[in-house]
This record gives sequence, structure tokens and C-alpha cells, in this order.
Amino acid sequence: MTQVTMTVNGEAVSGDVEGRTLLVEFLREGQGMTGTHVGCDTSQCGACVVHVDGKAVKACAVLALELEGAEVTTIEGMANADGSLGTIQQAFQDHHGLQCGFCTPGMVMSAAALLKDNPSPSEAEIREYLEGNICRCTGYHNIVKAIMAASGQDVSAIAAE
Amino acid sequence: MPKDSGIGASSKRREDLRFLTGEGRYTDDINLAGQAYVYFLRSDMAHARINRIDTSTAENMPGVLRVFTGADFEAVGGIPCGWQVTDRQGNPMQEPAHPVLARGKARHVGDPIAAVVAETYAQARNAAEAIEMDLDELPAVVDMKAALADDAPKVHDELDGNLCYDWGWIEDNKAATDAAFEAAAHVTTLELVNQRLVANPMEPRVAVGDYAKHSDESTLYTTSQNPHVIRLLMGAFVLGIPEHKLRVVAPDVGGGFGSKIFHYAEEAFCTFAAKQLRRPVKWTSTRSEAFISDAHGRDHVTRIELALDAENNFTAIRTETYANMGAYLSTFAPSVPTYLHGILMAGNYKTPNIYVNVKAVFTNTVPVDAYRGAGRPEATFQLERVIDKAARELGVDPVELRRQNFITEFPYATPVAVEYDTGDYNATMDKLLEMIDRDGFEARRAESARNGKLRGLGVNCYIEACGIAPSALVGQLGARAGLYESATVRVNATGGLVVMTGSHSHGQGHETSFAQVVADMIGIDESMVEIVHGDTANTPMGMGTYGSRSLAVGGSAMVRATEKIINKAKKIAAHLMEASEADIELKEGQFSVAGTDKSVAWGDVTLAAYVPHNYPIEEIEPGLEETAFYDPSNFTYPSGAYACEVEVDPETGKVQILSFAAADDFGNIVNPMIVDGQVHGGVAQGIGQALLEQAVYDENGQLVNASYMDYTMPRADDVPFYRVDHSCVTPCTHNPLGVKGCGEAGAIGSPPSVVNAVVDALQRAGHTHVTHIDMPLSPSRVWQAMQG
Repeated sequence: MTQVTMTVNGEAVSGDVEGRTLLVEFLREGQGMTGTHVGCDTSQCGACVVHVDGKAVKACAVLALELEGAEVTTIEGMANADGSLGTIQQAFQDHHGLQCGFCTPGMVMSAAALLKDNPSPSEAEIREYLEGNICRCTGYHNIVKAIMAASGQDVSAIAAE
Repeated sequence: MPKDSGIGASSKRREDLRFLTGEGRYTDDINLAGQAYVYFLRSDMAHARINRIDTSTAENMPGVLRVFTGADFEAVGGIPCGWQVTDRQGNPMQEPAHPVLARGKARHVGDPIAAVVAETYAQARNAAEAIEMDLDELPAVVDMKAALADDAPKVHDELDGNLCYDWGWIEDNKAATDAAFEAAAHVTTLELVNQRLVANPMEPRVAVGDYAKHSDESTLYTTSQNPHVIRLLMGAFVLGIPEHKLRVVAPDVGGGFGSKIFHYAEEAFCTFAAKQLRRPVKWTSTRSEAFISDAHGRDHVTRIELALDAENNFTAIRTETYANMGAYLSTFAPSVPTYLHGILMAGNYKTPNIYVNVKAVFTNTVPVDAYRGAGRPEATFQLERVIDKAARELGVDPVELRRQNFITEFPYATPVAVEYDTGDYNATMDKLLEMIDRDGFEARRAESARNGKLRGLGVNCYIEACGIAPSALVGQLGARAGLYESATVRVNATGGLVVMTGSHSHGQGHETSFAQVVADMIGIDESMVEIVHGDTANTPMGMGTYGSRSLAVGGSAMVRATEKIINKAKKIAAHLMEASEADIELKEGQFSVAGTDKSVAWGDVTLAAYVPHNYPIEEIEPGLEETAFYDPSNFTYPSGAYACEVEVDPETGKVQILSFAAADDFGNIVNPMIVDGQVHGGVAQGIGQALLEQAVYDENGQLVNASYMDYTMPRADDVPFYRVDHSCVTPCTHNPLGVKGCGEAGAIGSPPSVVNAVVDALQRAGHTHVTHIDMPLSPSRVWQAMQG
């Protein structure tokens, strides 16, 4: 066991980890932060996407031990300071971009990373970017629409689709 | 104008607030004090005799609490099957034993042979590697027709071969159907495969068993669509725990699509082991494990024939289907190819003679059971494909051939024993054609051709039977359960309500839509209504959520209970206003006396019910809480017309979906936004089946694509924005809300339109030999079809 310290959603946290402990295990089991989900074991589904030092990372594909001193943001850190939903979260609710909610944390975190790099992505760019996030409920329609809306684009024509 | 609250409003989902902030509480988020972990050692052979299992080394590994094998479960029951099909000769289906852990033989890759419980998951997994097993690999049967050969290896030694049942529907129709084929002017025949799929909800299954010695109570937290059904099956048939000593909790559940209906061995194991060890026992499935332990879906091989007279009227349909059961009978497996498939074989058409034959077969594969649509996608696919093929053979417009044969008068009794109460198939077809600009297709096709692409348009209809189901009817058909639903409405003194429902929400948004219904009935704000579900300890006995039944059956129970509440509240209001009960009206949360200006508010009445100082105590009890059970008198019959436009790359065979349109008749709509979302998701799963997905077994019974690296799940760039419409409304005639259900329609209606579109594209490009391609329409299959 080795102690690792990192910042999660602005707060310093530390814990003892094994060499094989994944970031997602550190968060869920070590820190009790269960918002980040595990949907597969081959790094395909994207339910565990978090941000590490500002970049979207699959938390099942990085070892906790490697993250000494890292800045980690999870779904629990995405709301506004007053507790209200952040822009992307609000767009997901407004446009019904989630159903069972299991892929949702990863979708929101991926969307946030996309919009940081590309503030006004096209439909095709969003669909391509989300290749690493699988949703079985929504058929992606309302997820893509929500991300377009969160980026300030007019989605009223899509509403009529 | 769209409404802004109540029935018909696109109210935003209240459950989203927790899901969007990481505060959802899924089963894997539950960790109990002192919890131990189980790892299941599963068979890596499809068929093997278990000679000896030596657990002694594993037992002494670090952290190991105990190693269980099949012998530990000899004193308890096996996993039960909830449906008994009767065959053509009137005999019951063959029903094999299904032990919690394999005994004697392992029968599919993934069959659990031993289970290690340890302090940590890693310790349990490490110890499992130290279990020594002496297994003899046996020849596996994978192909259904091969499994029925006289000399085929037997999946279950104690059974008479691998045939589960040979079922005819309806046997009395057979002679007339055969005669109609003799007299037909034209017969179109199609042989097809409706391939095996894996449901793949994004949340893998999880079970946490717990036991309280002081009260002798067991609790199971599980990823289930129907906690009461699990309590009944596991308590009564497997572990022998009476229902009052067993609590089953299904908290937030991350999708189900059918695969979380069934009672699984891992649930029984964790409950059993927790009591044995006096420790909570937790199992979290990996995705790899899910592929070989969650029940699969579909897997039918079908030959369908359609007979027409000289005027192109359908005169008869005859089908022969082989349906894969896998190695054991999962909870509702026998019903899927029979009562969820055969009874829908009339589709939207007035065909006088129909005969359906289904042979269900055991193989050394993962059990197959209901997956979104369950039987109805298989029925719709074969019918809508054979109609398209017939239209092409006859040189008639496939839309007009359908219209000519539509059922137009309701109620309509089909030759396959169900009665459609209502529908308007021309209306949804008209709406669909309005949505897709069919007249402009030729210009779009020419544009695609200029870009070197082959464009095609596919159209089809569907009907489904959902709102499952009248208990008396399904009882006659072999169901070993009733299929009613329940609701308790508890009104608090200050006027807020809690509705406890037996339905279960795992993505459908019941917490929002159910609240809309109750709030609308009383005329209060939706925020005053809370929906509670998923815990047998605080909800009345219910049958859960599947078969698009929640609103039609569970919602109806809720309406009945709310009606009882309103009736009692009116009595109280009449007393408070010293008026006759018959004169009391309830509108917008105010009780008034007709023809006067007297009124009392909803909250005054609820307060009086709990503080009965001025109260008709001789006539009615205090309090305001009512329960209702609702058993439907018929199925509901959603229907619609779907269209898909595709481009095929002639160089590679790759299919691109350009547009998809769905015109559905779901009866009345409570929340249009949620209904749209249900259709979107169903269509994506149908597109997944049509183009991408298939569980592939090799001849040795190995599932060769058991991960997301290999099994092609639809991703965001595989699908377009969908156009959906549900403005065609023929309300259901027999439930109080006039609703039909919308959860499965998209998955039922969409595969044939995709395949029809690809065949259309190839036909128009001159590949006239291509009349069918089996799903999934992968680039290689489409390319090979084009090569002839």
C-alpha cells in the first residue's frame, strides 16, 4: 500500500492504494464518491469519464498511484457553487438527455471536455467525440441536442424532428 | 398549446437532479458494514461433466471465508421458470432443473460452478484460481437444428432430447391455413434469422445479500425491474423464505430492457450466503461476466409464407420458427416465442388464416429470454419483410399492398386469439408519408447516385400487444403468475401525497410522469406528489415493469386508488360544507358545492381527515390512504408506421442511415418528452439489431464477442436525429387513462424498415437477386450480397 494525495473537486484527498488500484476504484471505494460509474471492463463505455488536470480521462484506465498531486474533477463537482445545475447538466435535464442515468456522469464529463476545446461543435463533431461513451437508453438524440443547446446553439429545429 | 403541467405536459424529470449530480443510488453504490465479496468461478467450457471440485487450497487462501459448490445448494430449490407452455399434443414442455451452482454438468460458458466469498473481491478472485476442477469436456450443441438430430449430445441428460416444446398456434387453424395455401394465387416465402442479441443495459447486474439474525430477516439489494417478482420466486421456489421474512430492494437501476426481469442465480447465492456466513455478501458483475450470465434475447430461425389471392388480398400466413432457449429456462423464456410472438402474427392485416409453429430448443448457450419487445420484434420483422418481398414479386407498391390489407374496423378478433380494441393504421401511415417526403425520394436517390451511393427507402408497420396482461388470459396460456399491478396512495395531513407503486422505474421517468397523473386528477401542483417504488418493504405487491405495462397497468392502479381518495375526500368536504356529497365538485384543488360559492381547499379536507374534530366519524374512518389493484381486461395494442432512408456504399457495403421517421399511435400521452425519448432509444436498439449487433457463438459454444471490444453497440455516430410523431391517437378503450404504452415500440418497429431500405437500395441499383440479407447488415454481408 502506498499513500497518494490528489485534489478532487477542489478538495485535497488522500488514501492508501495498491499498485493496481484504478482511479475509479480510488474514487468509488476509497472516497465513497459513487457518482462515477463502471459500465465495462475494456475501457469502452465511458461511464467513468472524469477530468484529470483539465482533460477527459477514463477513470478505469488510469492508476490512482500515477495521480499524486493531480487535479481531478468528477460529476459531483459539476454543479454551480450555489448547488444549482451547471450549464451542461441543466441542458441535459431540459432536453431529456438521460433516462436511466448510468452513462450520464461520463456523458456530462465528456461533453464538458468537448465544449472546452470546441465551444460550438457541429452535430457531426459531437457524435464523433462521443464515440467513447455508450448510452443504451436515449438513442443519443437528446444527448447530442443537449450538448448543442449547452453550447448556445439554437436547437428548436431539432425539437421539431 | 402544450400544457405546462399535468397529463399531456412535457414536465422535466425530477429524477434527473440526482442523476446529473452523481447522487443516484444504484445497487453497486450500496456498501454494508462488514460486507464480504463473492467471485463466481464460471465454466469456460460450453458442456462439461464435473467429476470433482477440490476447494481445499482455495479455502486456506488469504481472506477467504468460504468456498461454495453445487453440493451446498442440494437442500434448496433451483431457479424456477415462470411460464409453462403446452405443446401441440397437449403435453407440458420439458422443464429441466436449474441449480444455483452447477451440479454434475456445466451447460454453457458462464455457468457458475463454484463461488468464493472473501474479505475483498481481489482475494475472492485470487482464491478462485486455486480451485482444482476435474472436468471432462463434452461435445457441445450450438446450432438449433443440429441439436434436434437423434444423435445430438443432450444438454440435459434427464430429458428426452433437446426439444423443449413443439407448439402450434392455433392448431385448429392448421388445416384451413394449409388449404388456403393450396388455393393461393401467389405465395411468397422468406427464410430468415432473427439473430441473438445481448440486452446490455449500461449498469451491470449487482446483488447484495444481507441477513438480520435477531429477526431472521433476509434482505436482497438487486438490479431488478421487479423486486416483488424476485421476492416471490427466490423466497418461495429457491430458498424457502416466507415473503414476510424477505425484503427485496431495487433502488436506482441503470436500464434493464428485459434482462433485469429474471431471477438469477447470483441473487439467490448472495441471499443464501449472507445467512450462512452472517455477513453481507456482495457481487458486482463485470461487463465480461454480463455477456455470459445475463439472459440473451431473440435468436429465432424462421420460415414464413404469405399467401395472396388474385387481387393481392392476404389469405393466409404460415410460419415455422426454431427458438433458442439456451441451456436452461430463464424466468419467462418459454413465453417469448409463443404468447408474445404467435399471437401477434396477424400484424396490422386482416389475414383470415394464420398458423404458427414454434420449436423451442435447448443448446449449450446462455439462456435466452425477453429483450425489449420480446417476441413481438421477431413477429413484426418476419411479417413486414415477407410483405415487402411479396410487393416486389407482384410489382406493386409496398405501401399500397399494406393499405389494401389493413384492418380498418375495430374491435377486430384476429385468427391468433387476440382482439385489437382500437387503432387507425391508415392514419399513422398517412402521417408517416407526410413526414418523409416520399415524392421527393427519387430526386434524393439521383443525388446519392451522383455521389456514387445507392439510396433506398424502407417502410413498414407494426402492432404490438403490451400493457401486459389480463391475469385470467395469461393463466390459461401457462403463466404461473398474475399480471396485475398495484398502487397505494397515501395523503398526508398537509395535503401532499405519496404514491407507492409496484411498477419500477429504471429510466422510464415514472417519478415524474406518475406524479403528473395524480396531480392532474386532483388539480394540485406536481411537486405535491412523490412516487415511491422499488422496495418490497414499502410498496404493495406488484409485478414490476416490462412489456410496456407501467402506465397502462400500474398507472391504472394508481388512478383507481386516487379515485378512491377523491371519493372519500368528497364525503369529508360535503360534511365540512354541510352539503350533499352528490353536489361536491373537485377542480384545481378546490372542493365546491355545485351552484353555490361555497368551497374548501384540498388541504382543508386532508387536514380534517387526520385531525377529525369536525368529521363524519360515524360514517367514515379518519385518514386518507387507499390501495388499488388493477388487472387489465385486455392487452393494449400500440401501432404505427416507420420509415428509414439509407445510403449504401457500393465499394464497401457500408450502410449509412440518413433519416428515420416513426409515426406511432400510443393512445393518450402523459409526458410527450418522455415518450419521444422512449421511441428514440427503442429505435436505436432496433438500428443496432439491423446493422450492428449479434452475439456470435463458435461451434464449440464459445461466445466469441463477449466484450464491448467485439460486440458492436450503437454509438452516437451510428445513428441520426430521429423524427418521431405520436399525434395519431386512438385511445385504449379499456383502461382509465386510454393509454397503450410506448417502451418497446421503437425496438419492434425499426429493424424491418432498415432492412427493407437496404434491400430497396440494392434492388434499385440493379442487384435484383437480393431479396433478403440477414441481420446485422454489416458491410461484409451487404457487400457479399451485392456480389451475388
